Amino acid sequence: MTTSEYASERETTEGRVFTVTGGDWDQLTANVDPLSNEKIVVNMGPQHPSTHGVLRLVLELEGETVTECRPVVGYLHTGIEKNLEYRNWTQGVTFVTRMDYLSNMSNETAYCLAVEKLLGITDDITERTNTIRVMFMELQRIASHLVWLATTGMELGAISMMLYGFREREYILDIFEETSGLRMNNGYVRPGGLAQDLPESAVKKIRDFLKMMPKRLKEYEAMLSGQVIWQQRTQGVAVLDVTGCLALGITGPVLRSAGLPWDLRKTMPYCGYENYEFDVPTATTADVWGRYLVRVAEIRESLKIVEQTLDRLKPGPIWVSDKKIAWPSQLALGLDGLGNSLEHVAKIMGQSMESLIHHFKLVTEGFRVPPGQVYVAVEHPRGELGVHAVSDGGTHPYRVHYREPSFVNLQAIPAMAEGALLADVIAGGASLDPVMGGCDR
Amino acid sequence: MTMASGTEGGVPTTAPVGANIGAPAQTPPSPDKGMFGVKGTGDVSGFGRLVRPRPAVFDSPRPYGGYFDDVYDALEEAYPAVSEAIEKVVVDRAELTLHISAEHIAEVCQVMRDDESLRFELCSSVDAVDYLGSDERRFHVTYQLTSMTYRRRVRLEVAVADGVSVPSVTQVYPTADWQEREIYDMFGVVFPGHPNLTRILMPDDWEGHPQRKDYPLGGVPVEYKGAEIPPPDQRRVYQ
Repeated sequence: MTTSEYASERETTEGRVFTVTGGDWDQLTANVDPLSNEKIVVNMGPQHPSTHGVLRLVLELEGETVTECRPVVGYLHTGIEKNLEYRNWTQGVTFVTRMDYLSNMSNETAYCLAVEKLLGITDDITERTNTIRVMFMELQRIASHLVWLATTGMELGAISMMLYGFREREYILDIFEETSGLRMNNGYVRPGGLAQDLPESAVKKIRDFLKMMPKRLKEYEAMLSGQVIWQQRTQGVAVLDVTGCLALGITGPVLRSAGLPWDLRKTMPYCGYENYEFDVPTATTADVWGRYLVRVAEIRESLKIVEQTLDRLKPGPIWVSDKKIAWPSQLALGLDGLGNSLEHVAKIMGQSMESLIHHFKLVTEGFRVPPGQVYVAVEHPRGELGVHAVSDGGTHPYRVHYREPSFVNLQAIPAMAEGALLADVIAGGASLDPVMGGCDR
Repeated sequence: MTMASGTEGGVPTTAPVGANIGAPAQTPPSPDKGMFGVKGTGDVSGFGRLVRPRPAVFDSPRPYGGYFDDVYDALEEAYPAVSEAIEKVVVDRAELTLHISAEHIAEVCQVMRDDESLRFELCSSVDAVDYLGSDERRFHVTYQLTSMTYRRRVRLEVAVADGVSVPSVTQVYPTADWQEREIYDMFGVVFPGHPNLTRILMPDDWEGHPQRKDYPLGGVPVEYKGAEIPPPDQRRVYQ
């Protein structure tokens, strides 16, 4: 046995004893540069509380600095676009409402606008229907921005904002429930009209909400805007200027936070948005702080629009006059949800054979849509939501593609994250407000 | 009172005589000429495997109306090879579609983006449609361009056969990155020049391209109160 420089030895009555000491690890580590050799790859998600659903980010880190970021999506792909091709045009609403589950009214309205444009009945949509569609899209925008405030607050450490945001959103979901029978995934907007007229009780709830909300908004701002931690976590973080936004196709509050007032409600109006008075809020900082300011200001503008829709709401029909497109029955809200009204069932089953045939043909077979293709875009809470709908002349969509703002906007994460700190990836990703149900469809 | 035979808890376990459970999808085709001199299937219900021919898309005549003429003229002026690049100009439902031959698409996009009188700064959407059976060049890749300066929209459409590639426009519009990946994933159209053309929505080891028309939807039949409901792609289809 040879003696080692790492262990001193001595003779005892029981034999030779070695005392092992620290060795040369000090020398070894002295030669290593701690800065250049700490490159690690971190897999953030798909199950991570602050990646908004099932987004996965593969991050290469040097210390706390992100050197490379690769977003991986697709974990929530459910083939909604493929499924649409096997259902009739009206049934499609039930599917598209489940894409971006935080703004289903926008999804439904965009789809219906596309179908109506294919049918050539855009101008026949009744005044009341357009007003209710605008009202609900704006309420949905408020709800969506509230969830954004709530989740972003939670991710940056303001847990109370999470509780407040979800509390106020529940008011809006109550309004939807009062009207359509469902809190989310309403299936409320239909090609040619609406599933159900707006009940008086919902109007009262909306008025209460309009009274309550401005005060609550002030509370949020009092809590967040002046707070040093909130400012430091958001200001100068995840900057993306107009050039970057346009190159990457980023629209919505992120683009407006960079200073470009591009809002489809103003620039390419639909559903009669040109008749409402509202401003397009912008910021110039192009960072998370700017996106926060823009979203809060947008809630105020949406409240203004909802107020105007209440003034414009006149009694009248909600369906187009063409009986070959309009849903044959007035639906009624029963104890177990939305269903055919009993009056209608009594009429078709007991009195009028023609009504029964008409109902049956329209409900099971659906209406035919002349062949062609259209692209319709609406201003979604997250940006431009585009629907490319193709018809081959049949009762089913030939192809429907959704240009989802969540999907397109997520491409900006590497541009925002690379070179920044790991903690800012959370703030930057949250500021895009991605909803993975919409992104993956 | 005795329960009818073959009934368990109120649910019939055997098909009742004369009932035609699950039949709509499996009705046999009629002979060529049936009773009362009917030709074909004689089916007027709309589900007898009628095939709806897709009408051909024709060139629209000038003037196109609105800003469409301005866009076309500006493109003609800025891009000399326009006559060989543009196959067809279609104006339908107040939307302008320029059918571009595949090899020119990246150049046309470059001109559409950069020319002063066109300025289509934003590529809103890129997606594809599979016209299986109605067009030899079955895959139509469409580009929805938006001009923020002039508030205009134009659609470019490129038709390619299976196995033919389309030049990537990611050099012009970086936003097309994920959208071209989605088209590759869903239709199998290859975009040379794309920095990282991999699957995006489906798993990496997936076989086939799900949005193709010859790719089945899948699904299993569902039993409901004794009757079997076939999966959606095997149900009756009204044409």
